[in-house]
Amino acid sequence: MSKIVVNFDGLRRTRWHEYGIRFLAGGTITALVGIIGKKFGPSIGGLFLAFPAIFPASATLVEKHELEKKRNSGMNGLLRSREVAGVDAAGAVMGSLGLLAFALFVSYLLQREPAWQVLLAGALIWMAVSATVWWICKTI
Amino acid sequence: MLELLFRFLVGGVFVSLFAALSDLFKPQTFAGLFGAAPSIALATLGLAILREGPGYAAIEAHSMVPGAIAFFLYAACASWVMMRGRANALVATSLALIVWGAAAFGLWLAWWARA
Repeated sequence: MSKIVVNFDGLRRTRWHEYGIRFLAGGTITALVGIIGKKFGPSIGGLFLAFPAIFPASATLVEKHELEKKRNSGMNGLLRSREVAGVDAAGAVMGSLGLLAFALFVSYLLQREPAWQVLLAGALIWMAVSATVWWICKTI
Repeated sequence: MLELLFRFLVGGVFVSLFAALSDLFKPQTFAGLFGAAPSIALATLGLAILREGPGYAAIEAHSMVPGAIAFFLYAACASWVMMRGRANALVATSLALIVWGAAAFGLWLAWWARA
């Protein structure tokens, strides 16, 4: 089973303009969700809390970084880079089960318990469920 | 306008933070978990609690459930197209947004029709 490794090279490989793109995309979609919520109500606005806002940008960066790595080693790497982006997306499939657990937990407890504690606990539940699903998928 | 700017900044920070975490970890499937992090949800729900109260935020979180199921279908579809169809990441993940939209709104209608 593959071990989880903290790899600071991944942070160094990401360029400043790529961090900027993520910030812009994240900020823009959060602002848009606010506008949608105001215009159409929280029920419609809430749908977009799980909108894959920066996923296309992230997957593209994963593909680009893998392609650069392979080309620097003298390989074509086109198919490999798409496969790696696909593997990254498979991780997001597992993470989305954590996202579902977050939504169910927060929607049930937000009016029953202190709101900030519920949000914090929800984030921890997302991580715990996602990591557990990942571990199960890796083990079987 | 000031509120929108504040939303933009808070959302940008949360999304960037989770995206940086995904850069930090290996293997790629584990890093990919952060692609489905509740970054926009944390920013938006936090602001909703501050401005509108927990009741309003709870309605948003309730609607997030069909959105999260749609995310699962979206990511599964995008992953399959990239791994099996060897499609370009930007094309695959952008086209799969149609799946997210159809599933989210379809489930939302079913969800709220029953509620």
